[in-house]
Amino acid sequence: MSTFRELDSYDRVFNFGNYDSSVSLSEYQQAGGYEALRMAIGNPKQALEEICRAGLRGRGGAAFPAGLKLKMMQGNTEKQRYIVCNADEGEPGTFKDRFIMNHIPFQLLEGITIAAILAGAENGFVYIRHEYPLAQETIKKSIAEAEAAGLLGDNILGSEFSLHLKIFSGAGSYLCGEETALLSSIEGKKGRPRVKPPFPIESGLWGKPTLINNVETLANIPSIIAKGSDWYRSLGTEDSPGTKLISLSGDVKRRGLYEVPFGTTFREIIDNYGGGMKEVFTLKAVNIGGSSGVVVPPEELDCPMEYGKCAERGITIGSGAVYVMDEQRSILGNVHNRVHFFLHESCGKCTPCREGLRQVNRIIDRVIEGEASLKDIDNLERFTRCMQEASFCGLGQAAGNSLISSLKYFRKEYENSCVDCVGKTAERGELC
Amino acid sequence: MEKLGKAVGDIVSELGPEKGSLLAILLAVQDASPESYVSEAAVNEIARLLNTSRSMVYSTASFYSEISLMPRGRHIVRLCINAPCEDAGKEEIRKALEKELGIKLGETTSDKMFSLEGVSCLGACNMSPAIKVDDKVYGDLTPAGAVRVMRELKEAAKNEHIS
Amino acid sequence: MRSIDININGEVLSVPDNITILEAAKMHGIKIPTLCHFPDQRVKANCRVCVVEVEGNRNLVASCSTPVREGMKVRTNSARVRETVQTILELIFANHPQECLTCIRNANCELRQLAAEHGIREIKADMSTPLLPLDNSTPSIVRDPNKCIKCGRCAEVCHHVQTTGILYSHYRGINGSITPEYGKTLAEVACVLCGQCVAVCPVGAIHEKDDTAAVWAALENPEKHVVVQVAPSVRVSIAEEMGQAPGTIATGKLVTALRRLGFNKIFDTDFTADLTILEEGNELLQRVKNGGALPMITSCSPGWIKFIEHNYPEQLEHLSTCKSPQQMFGALAKTYYAEKSGIDPKDIVVVSIMPCTAKKYECTRPEMKSNGYQDVDYVLTTREFGRMLRQSGIDFAALADSPFDNPLGMSTGAGAIFGATGGVMEAALRTVYEVVTGKELAKLEFESVRGLEGVKEATVDLDGLPVKVAVAHGLGNARKVMDKIKAGEADYAFVEVMCCPGGCIGGGGQPYITKKETRMARIKAIYEVDADMPLRKSHANPAVQELYKDFLKEPLGEKSHHLLHTHYQKRGL
Repeated sequence: MSTFRELDSYDRVFNFGNYDSSVSLSEYQQAGGYEALRMAIGNPKQALEEICRAGLRGRGGAAFPAGLKLKMMQGNTEKQRYIVCNADEGEPGTFKDRFIMNHIPFQLLEGITIAAILAGAENGFVYIRHEYPLAQETIKKSIAEAEAAGLLGDNILGSEFSLHLKIFSGAGSYLCGEETALLSSIEGKKGRPRVKPPFPIESGLWGKPTLINNVETLANIPSIIAKGSDWYRSLGTEDSPGTKLISLSGDVKRRGLYEVPFGTTFREIIDNYGGGMKEVFTLKAVNIGGSSGVVVPPEELDCPMEYGKCAERGITIGSGAVYVMDEQRSILGNVHNRVHFFLHESCGKCTPCREGLRQVNRIIDRVIEGEASLKDIDNLERFTRCMQEASFCGLGQAAGNSLISSLKYFRKEYENSCVDCVGKTAERGELC
Repeated sequence: MEKLGKAVGDIVSELGPEKGSLLAILLAVQDASPESYVSEAAVNEIARLLNTSRSMVYSTASFYSEISLMPRGRHIVRLCINAPCEDAGKEEIRKALEKELGIKLGETTSDKMFSLEGVSCLGACNMSPAIKVDDKVYGDLTPAGAVRVMRELKEAAKNEHIS
Repeated sequence: MRSIDININGEVLSVPDNITILEAAKMHGIKIPTLCHFPDQRVKANCRVCVVEVEGNRNLVASCSTPVREGMKVRTNSARVRETVQTILELIFANHPQECLTCIRNANCELRQLAAEHGIREIKADMSTPLLPLDNSTPSIVRDPNKCIKCGRCAEVCHHVQTTGILYSHYRGINGSITPEYGKTLAEVACVLCGQCVAVCPVGAIHEKDDTAAVWAALENPEKHVVVQVAPSVRVSIAEEMGQAPGTIATGKLVTALRRLGFNKIFDTDFTADLTILEEGNELLQRVKNGGALPMITSCSPGWIKFIEHNYPEQLEHLSTCKSPQQMFGALAKTYYAEKSGIDPKDIVVVSIMPCTAKKYECTRPEMKSNGYQDVDYVLTTREFGRMLRQSGIDFAALADSPFDNPLGMSTGAGAIFGATGGVMEAALRTVYEVVTGKELAKLEFESVRGLEGVKEATVDLDGLPVKVAVAHGLGNARKVMDKIKAGEADYAFVEVMCCPGGCIGGGGQPYITKKETRMARIKAIYEVDADMPLRKSHANPAVQELYKDFLKEPLGEKSHHLLHTHYQKRGL
């Protein structure tokens, strides 16, 4: 049963306009922008209700309910609070936040402003990775423009609410996308995650309650308020309302960013949005969720993209990166690249992640060379399980996902590379 | 030393001597350095102005891959080495760049103009393979395209050297 | 704070609601293994050895950092937990040198202990050890970065307790290391050699420089007259090092033990501690009278001295010019004692037994050569003393008591309390009171300067004359006082600073493991030693009186100046 549905321009959360430039403030306002902010200022209680009812979940990967986070922020007695927009998009295969910042910066700023008002934060940072210089420039300019137009700064739109936003540049660390590592980074330290509890909502930046949300999450807010939670829930499914920005890349005809209602299957994403396979080669595997996501075979692609169903099947939606591999690609090569990425990005704080990745990478190197043993494969599973169960933060916990899933679905490729494997088959993709 | 001290001092006054400004200070000092790095003298001066230990400054500086504590070229050519770019032909791009610049990944040209580095995902996966040179990202590269970009940059670098 | 019920391993236990799973388990006799956890430090949750299963949690959680909650169901020893902990230990070992047989920590290494407890029989991982160079650059501390397990305890104590900021973690992932910046050696940075890093390291990655071989050689040399001095702290710590309870007093026993090791004379640093009070007390009064730099700050802690030389070089004038008791002793041993005993000072070897690693550096300072010879030749920590006793097969607990030798062995209770934070201050006040007021001090105890509070301030009443004093222990607290002095906001007359938390009894050379309770036990014992002594004021020490009569003539006199006082160096950073 096809759930595919092309969104028309009203039913979009995101309208990127002409991809050559960014939507200006006047263009944004003409299209209805900043109406939501007015509504939120007029009735903040209602605005929070809409966000809660809409069932908006964090779009960076953790999928925590955004409305609940805002409610928890409101539960603080501490007056000094911060809002931080997590624009440290580092998950390989993901480029949605870049698009939002480059093309619709004011939608993001509006979302941040509304969230800040509801959270009671008067100061904030937009933490943008160093690898996005254009986004940094665009957001910086847009903040200045918004301030000049009374949409940021003191007494926004003449109200009693204020928000002072600053850009903060990252400096090359995937782990700074993790919320507590991000806070450490803003405080001038290494981007190492912190012990939780306390959670940032209680004690975040400089020990003050801090609301941290992903770019896409915040950029969803204006539409939810302007068009209402009923409208939002009409998109997507009961379990997962709304839409997700899918960063589609790899061996598809049309790589790009697509706004996809939840409930659409991954096969539909690849075929209907991406136009299917680029060349004559058949689909071999798809990586869903970036390097911290899973590698699945074609049989799994009829799973609808929604949190509940995906969790049942062990598929990680994560940041929404969907990477398509055709039959030429090597699963081993892909996984090797991904675990090597984590080896480089691990902060080294905890034993399972640091030492586990060290061992796992050595084994995978041997597997690639064809010099591993079956015992090595057992160790791969053991160390990855240890990382999953005992790492300090999400990086270590998720670093082995591509390994575990590829071992589940493509075990033959690993075993064929072992010196002591009996009955090797020809199922070994070429490294390209 | 005095000249360096002044540059670091200016940056610190501009960005504020609070510990929270450390990352921004390190990036700015690096940008202002013709060798695209943060020198030991700069680390010591920053520690002094921020009233913190040198090991604290060094610890932050060494953690981030975009900050270098060793001298590099004036322009940093960053080649994305993650899976989407790898599959899309990053190896060919690497070989072309290495040949064009006459250096290997991780090295700096003898005229100290260019350094070639392998970096984590640039977020340009819809136009892989991609490279980032200074503040610009170039995507949908072919080996010839990569060489063209380098030659244009070399030309521009020569002119800035003269002027 | 209220009581809640949680379930650990099937047992329902009542615990306070504001503690962690680790603490709750400990309360009920369940020992969850830990490695990076250290009682006086902030929770790091790095090693992950303390992970447990909590019903409802997808992954395991670190019990050191997870608070309890009502109805929580915890399993600390399920197959899943055991397997994970074993794997974690194997992962650590795979990257650790397999040198346990010859490692200096093999008797008390926390990692080896965990391996034994968790039945590690095979390391099913790729073994590889880095080949990083040892840091032997200082006389006090040796760093072996190959053995580092990245627990972070040393960085924590160096940055947050001592605030010297020498050891910190740099780079990231498998390239990460906990070292000074730029991979420098300790001698190349402003390390004060306090050894607090040594005190907290669970393995053999940082340890004291072992000088026992040199001392054995001196003892074997028939031409050498080897004398030993023993610090106040050692008498309340050596029994602990030999397996008894912390705070066990063993003054008499240690003298007997030292005699058995072959030392020619067993003297007492407490003697020169009394002497220090005479010199320093008079120095203070002189400064007050002549308008010298106030507050005057004590100078017996070499880690503190190096700290102020590096970090507050413009405030050196505040330091007392007195040498430490260790160094005063050495100077007198090779002059006064040499004369009295008729032994040529070139044949006298002075060994001191100290709770301190910085003292190994102090004795090599160029200023510490008062008569052409190095005042103190070798310094052994309490741990090295224990090593020598074990090597000699001495059953320490079974020894009878013996007294110290003369003329450098008699002391008062005021000398003994030097080992505790506030002790130098109290000893000085006991003498200064009587000198200034001319009256006898009725109550000898000054409670206001005792205890583990970081900075203690007190106004002492010298028969109507109020004198403001301060006592700081741990360099983080010393820094607070120094910042006040630097800002001109300190109105103290006299300040005592001890480099190590708790004072010398918490030194870097003390028995493993020094925690808050251990410090408290050792401090309690020090004050007991004092209370039990027949004489408790430094100026009442007859041996000290004789020293002045026969040799020094008067406090701050020419001989004192030459032998017992020193100067400092502006080191900066």
